[in-house]
Amino acid sequence: MLQIENLSVRLGRRPILQDVSLTTRAGEVLAVCGANGAGKSTLLKAVLQEHPAQGTIRLNGRDLASCRPHTLAALRAVVPQDTEIAFGFTLGEIVAMGRQAGSAAHETEIDALALAAVGLQGREGEDVRTLSGGERQRGHLARALAQVWHPVGPEGPCWLMLDEPVSSLDLGQQLKVMQLARGFADAGGGVIAVMHDLNLSAMFADRLAFLVDGHLAALGPPDSVLQEPLLSRAYDCHVALNRLPATGPWLLPQTCTLRGD
Amino acid sequence: MTALSSSRATAPGQASSAPERGTDTHPSLGERAKGISRLPLSLARPARHLSLNLALTALVVAASVLSLTMGAAGLGLGDLLHAATGAGLSPRDEVVLYDIRLPRLAMGLIVGAALAVSGVLLQGLFRNPLADPGIVGVSAGAGFGAVVALVLGGLLPLGLAQALGSWLVPLAAGLGGWATTLLLYRVATTGQRTDIAIMLLAGIALSALTGAATGVLTYLADDRQLRDLTFWSMGSLAGATWTKLAAALPLMGAALILAPRLARGLNALALGEAQANHLGIDVQHLKRLAILSAAAATGAAVAASGGIGFIGLVVPHLLRQAQGPDHRRLIPHAALLGAGLLVLADLVSRTIVAPAELPIGILTALFGAPVFLWMLMNGKLRGR
Repeated sequence: MLQIENLSVRLGRRPILQDVSLTTRAGEVLAVCGANGAGKSTLLKAVLQEHPAQGTIRLNGRDLASCRPHTLAALRAVVPQDTEIAFGFTLGEIVAMGRQAGSAAHETEIDALALAAVGLQGREGEDVRTLSGGERQRGHLARALAQVWHPVGPEGPCWLMLDEPVSSLDLGQQLKVMQLARGFADAGGGVIAVMHDLNLSAMFADRLAFLVDGHLAALGPPDSVLQEPLLSRAYDCHVALNRLPATGPWLLPQTCTLRGD
Repeated sequence: MTALSSSRATAPGQASSAPERGTDTHPSLGERAKGISRLPLSLARPARHLSLNLALTALVVAASVLSLTMGAAGLGLGDLLHAATGAGLSPRDEVVLYDIRLPRLAMGLIVGAALAVSGVLLQGLFRNPLADPGIVGVSAGAGFGAVVALVLGGLLPLGLAQALGSWLVPLAAGLGGWATTLLLYRVATTGQRTDIAIMLLAGIALSALTGAATGVLTYLADDRQLRDLTFWSMGSLAGATWTKLAAALPLMGAALILAPRLARGLNALALGEAQANHLGIDVQHLKRLAILSAAAATGAAVAASGGIGFIGLVVPHLLRQAQGPDHRRLIPHAALLGAGLLVLADLVSRTIVAPAELPIGILTALFGAPVFLWMLMNGKLRGR
């Protein structure tokens, strides 16, 4: 269980995140949505302790503030938006770094399985700097998967924390990556993903946490969160909401309004 | 996914994206697409590391034997074998072997290893292949300390100056180097976090400052002091004795023992500080240990042998190209290559103009700088 209580983040004097509280359980995919600058990434970075924040965060009942990095590494893996990788490490070496940080550190066969899961099988010898943006993003996902290969580990459920995991992927790869995240949650792990794409979020997430100007404006299943007033307020445009029987709500941006109209 | 890999494999121009390391083990692109390339690759790599290991060990052994058997005194391989089998040496040869060549060899090995491993630690820490031991201010600070001792040493009370004797310059150099690093570390650390970029910038400022202070003292120095100063800055192992070795060994030895424990952390740091932390690395602890061991090793090395450049910069580069960037292998291999190269450089420095000696720093720069330029021109620095 991931419990976030009264989380606030300031950058200088400017509040970025104000008094956010939410709880998500293992088995659930939680998508964190909102407009640019609403505080999505800041929320994730605060949970990852990359930003100093006020408030309490508990992962599987442990207060994060008192956890050592190697304890946390066995519990949760992180896929960053994009990071520059120094030196010429190979894809295989990067994935092995994830595996060795996790609780299945000695199960070397995981490396190949994790690469295959993201569609990069047989590519472990390649220098990561020669990969395309999308391949590198999937490489980071493979590393994260290798770190929490068993969704339920010796210390309880494990967590995948994804910062816009599909931002450089094509349509098909977006679906595959979201299916991996869904599968991880269905196998007993927990997923929290910062998402730009509301349609993908509605398709794969159990619940959406919707941020507006640093406040948690709505929290709940896609059907209840994705409502016209909230969306037009958040994105400053009109949105046509539809519903597909198989996948739930989907939406299409319509007309743009300029603030002050 | 099969479709993706075969399209990659057959697309023209994709061949160039095959990594240098992979090309010799990938028999053909067609096979790569079938995903069986994993097998030859995983077999080839340990074999390559084993042969690199053997080659480096052979280099160190060969350099050591050459270093013991070549020199102005005319003590040759035959005499060395005599000594090894327990047969006696003439008293003069005994002095040459045990009091001159052996301590000098030992000093060369440990200083070379210390400089090369410091280079690996700092390049890993700064995530930049252009970092070298000079970057944490050790070299500039040590140079300043040495100049202070050489120029102002005469102002010390006579008793103290006599007690320190030939220790004065190395001691001052070591203190100058460590003081500069500590100051840099303090400047770059706020709260519990050391900002590596600030450290780099502050290092440039502090180097300029100590350089200016060194310039003032150089201006004040008399002719004899200037000569001492110049030779010190060019480095030499000529003064190596067992006592000096005993004084320099603990710091360099401690750093060399500690360094392999930092390897996994430095690997993770290649992904950035945040990701390294998410991979379970206590990043601040890692930074502190890497900076302090590099400073301790370099400070002691500079104190013992003066300014010897390029070992710390070039050795890690050469090895990254030969074996990849994994620090778990890079650190021990750098110790071997650095030790072997410095002993060879010392051998050349004392035989090329025998019976005189060429300062070793001249040789390392003479060979190191062109190698470095060659790597730059070939774009190899972008490699590993």
